[in-house]
Parts: sequence; C-alpha cells; structure tokens
Amino acid sequence: MTDKSLYAGRRRRDIIFRGLSIGATAFGLVWLALILGTLFWEGASGLNLAVFTEMTPPPGSAGGLLNAIVGSLILTGIGVAVGTPIGILAGTYMAEYGRRSRLTMVVRFINDILLSAPSIVVGLFVYEVMVVQMGHFSAWAGGVALAILVLPVVVRTTEDMLLLVPDSLREAASAIGMTRWVVIRGVTYRAARAGIVTGVLLAIARISGETAPLLFTALNNQFFSLDLNAPMASLPTIIFQFALSPYDDWQQLAWTGALIITLAVLTLNIVARVFSRSGSGQ
Amino acid sequence: MSELAVGGISRAEPVRIAERGARIARQKVSDSAFRTSTFIAAVMVLVLLGGVLVSLIYGSWPALRTFGFTSFLTTEAWNPVTEKFGALAPVYGTIVTSIIAMAIGIPISLGIATFLTEFCPMWLRRPIGIAIELLAGIPSIIYGIWGLFVFAPFLQRNVQPFFIELFHGVPVLNNLFAGPPYGIGIFTAGLVLAIMVLPFITAITRDVYLTVPPVLKEAAYGIGCTSREVVRKVVLPYSRVGVIGGVMLGLGRALGETMAVTFVIGNAHRITPSLFAPGTTISASIANEFTEAEGELYTSSLIALGLILFIITFIVLAAARYMLMRIERRVG
Repeated sequence: MTDKSLYAGRRRRDIIFRGLSIGATAFGLVWLALILGTLFWEGASGLNLAVFTEMTPPPGSAGGLLNAIVGSLILTGIGVAVGTPIGILAGTYMAEYGRRSRLTMVVRFINDILLSAPSIVVGLFVYEVMVVQMGHFSAWAGGVALAILVLPVVVRTTEDMLLLVPDSLREAASAIGMTRWVVIRGVTYRAARAGIVTGVLLAIARISGETAPLLFTALNNQFFSLDLNAPMASLPTIIFQFALSPYDDWQQLAWTGALIITLAVLTLNIVARVFSRSGSGQ
Repeated sequence: MSELAVGGISRAEPVRIAERGARIARQKVSDSAFRTSTFIAAVMVLVLLGGVLVSLIYGSWPALRTFGFTSFLTTEAWNPVTEKFGALAPVYGTIVTSIIAMAIGIPISLGIATFLTEFCPMWLRRPIGIAIELLAGIPSIIYGIWGLFVFAPFLQRNVQPFFIELFHGVPVLNNLFAGPPYGIGIFTAGLVLAIMVLPFITAITRDVYLTVPPVLKEAAYGIGCTSREVVRKVVLPYSRVGVIGGVMLGLGRALGETMAVTFVIGNAHRITPSLFAPGTTISASIANEFTEAEGELYTSSLIALGLILFIITFIVLAAARYMLMRIERRVG
C-alpha cells in the first residue's frame, strides 16, 4: 500500500514538473510572439517610401528616417572597419602563436568580460577619451564606441574557429616550406573563413541596435550629415528621442524605426546561421 | 629537381640564388611583422579594459574627491541645483530591478532548458532553440519602446491594481505593493529585464545540461527514476557550477542594461518602499542625464556612477566566467 502511494506521488510530482517546464517554454515563446507581433502591427502601418527618402521631421509634420538610416550605416561601417581587423589579429595570436601562453589565458578571460560589459560604460570611456579631447561630439567617436563592442565578438569567434582547424593541415603546409604567416593566410584563414564571417555578421547584428554608447559620442542630429567630425543621427538614438516625445508623428516614426532595426538584426542573425551551416558542411 | 639541389647549381645560377635569398629574407620580415601585429592586437584587448577603468577613475575623480567614495555611495540626495550628489538611489534601483529580474528569470530559464534537453521532441528542439536565440538578438531599445507603450499601460490597468488590492492591509507586503499604479516604475523595469535575461540564461543552461554524460542519465532512468528525479539528482548536481555561471552572466546583463530600463523606470532619484513607484538605475541615470549635465561636478558624479557599475559588473562577470571555465575544463 505504501509502495503504491509512494509510486503515485513520484509520478504526480513528475507530471507537475513536466507541466511546469512546458509552461516555462510557452511563457518564453509568448513574449517573443507578443513583442514581434506588436512591433509589426505598430511599425508596419507607418512603413512607406517616405521613410527611406525623407529626413526626420520637426514635430507635427510628416517625414522619414533617411538621415538616421544613413547615419546608422556609417557608424556601423566605422565600427566594423575598425573593430574587425584588430579582432581577427588578436584571435589569430590566441589560436596560432600563443596558444598556451599566459597572455592568451588572460586575454581570453578579459575578452569574455568585455563581451558582456555594460555598453553604456563603453560610451563613457569614449566620451572621456575622444569627445572631451576633441572638444565636440562626432561620428568618429560613435564609430569607435561601436568598434569596442565589435572587438570582443570577433576575437571570440576568430579564436574558436581557428582552433577548429585541424593541426595536421598546418603541419602539412609547414612541411612544404611555407612560413608561418603564409600558412595562416593560405590555409587556416581559408579553412575558418565561414566561421569568421559569421562572427563579423553577429557583431554587426549586435551593434546595429546599440543605443547607449551612441548617446554621448555620436549624439544625434536632426539634419542630414555626412561629416564624420560632426554629430550624426542614428536609428536607435532617433527612436529613443521620438518614442519619449509627446508627438504622435514622432512616436509612429519611432515604431517604424524599431521595426526596421529588428528586421535588419533578425535577418543578419538568420544569414549568419545559414552561412555558418553552409561553411561547416563543406 | 635541380631547383632543390642548391649546392649543385650554385655556380650555374648565382643570380637565382641571390634572388631566392632576398625572397626568404622578405618572407622573414613579413612573417615577424605579422606575428608582432597579432601580438599587439591581443595586448590591445587588455589595454582597452585597463583604459576603461583608468578613464572612469580619472573622470570621476572630482566627484569622489568632493564627496568621498563612501559617502557618495551612501547618500540618497541627487540635486543638480545645490550640486549635492549621491549614488544610493541608482544603486538601490539597479539592485532591486536585478533581483526581480533574477527571481522571475532563473526558474523560467531553467524550466525551458529542462524542456529542451529532456522532454522536447527532436524535431521541435531546433526551432524552439532558434526562437529563444532570436529573443536574445532583439536590441534592448525594442524592449524599451514595447515596455513603454504596451507593457506598462497593461500593468497599470490590469496587474498593479490587482496586487495593490490583494495585499491591502497585509503587513510588509502592503508597503511593497503600494499605489498608485503608475505603470512605469521599478516593478515594470524588473519584469522587462526578466524577459531580457531569459534567453541568455536559457542558452547557457541548455549547453551546460548537454555536457552531462548520457550514461549518467541513462543509468538513473535504468533504475526507475522519473524525469524530475533525473534532473534534480543527476543533471543539476553535475552541472551546478555551469548553471550558476550562466545565471551570473544573466545577472551581469541585468545590472548593466540601459535602454530597456531607461524607458520604463520613470527616472526618479529616490528610494521608496513601493515597487510600483518610479525609481532609477545607474545606467538609466547616465543615459537620461549625461548630455544635459552642466558643470564639472554633475558630469563627474555621473561618471562615478559608471565606475560603480563597471566594478559591480566586472566582479559578477569575472565570477561567472570563472565558473563556466571550470565546467569547460571538466568537459575538455
């Protein structure tokens, strides 16, 4: 009798446990659906050609997001152009030259911390180092702040991907007389290319939605500007400004901008996924 | 053949040999140049972290010298007019919102990870895993705008009045859930953070759960354990360190999250017992006030807030990485 009740109790608890874990999963997925659903609902209604061809409007009139979109592209471009080469080189050192060195251990540890360090602190750092020294806000400062966020992502993926390349490939290349850097350029980079590109794509996805480090580096700009020494608009900062404003037109543009960013980020994530799978399948 | 036999052709083709020597010399240069540049790049990562710390200390120096570190940390006042600044309210807000986020986020994340590794049918694992990772990819400003326009009004209308009514007259709890329902505030910020940290903790917990050797689980199932017992008595004890590491990583995110919180917390520099009241966090204060701050002391106080945030998150993240490294070592 007691055996039976013990068994029944264990079964009951197991069923409850299963139910809870299924419930938790449903709970998590519901938020994703809710957020994406609202975003499409609110954002799509304001999506038209003017969004991509007109400047941000003064309150109370219609306009678009052209200067913000261009600004975001430029800032992201600077961030990737500065952050990626340094990241790939650092990852190369860790995987190829100093694989067991103390420096690599320390860099790996610090890099993993930078990977999830608060981005607003990066903004403060760039403000101190660039904005204060130059005397004004600038697109350069914003781009460098984004580069600092790109760096750890690229370092991490480059190291991981290079470590996946079998050593026998390197040994074979060295054995026919290639110098180390020819081996790295001609063999290991080529073998790890898909993975490294995936890392760069994920880094772009990460910075294209970043707002906090831009608030006091690139600042914001209501007008179209290509001057890298002047403040520059970006989608996230415009969203921040417009969403918190009391004007309906601005709030609508904020939703539309949010939809554009999310679509861009999700597309990048999916492309990166497809790319890494096609690369590893070779 | 003759090209390799260097000694044999030394008289016949002296020019080619000289050229080859030059080429080898050039290769040596480019080889060591490349090596050095990778080394410099690796060192730059370290310099960067050191640079962040040094610049924050430098920038916060005026404030810390004026107020003193301890009294800056324990003062609630934040008054730009009289130039009296203290970090207590933002620090309190940061910690309380993170506690709410963790209290909700941890059990849900562990539940999802358990479902994905134990119960989920194979064909559903990948789609759900990808969906959770997409949730992690959504920029934080999207959570912010959604929280402000959709979630906060919903809480204000439907959830907060219910809690206020429910705990009315109950000691302690009636202070914690005191009205009026603003919608925005510490409670809302904590909930939004919970949704944000969910995918981070889930992804790591799932990966850590997968490091448990199947043999251990099969042995437990073999002697008749239920799924619940396998997870609680085999999977969790084996992967405990990694799970804690993942949780700390999520905590690091929650502590430093800026935009999502800035939208929904109300930016009020005060400490109130009610969770429904507006408050502020370190990152929200900086995001809201930095560009408008006038005077050296104001700016410097905000940078000092940044320094405190950096130190707190550094400790949390370092502990997280240390724990995750331990579980990686065991697997590798």
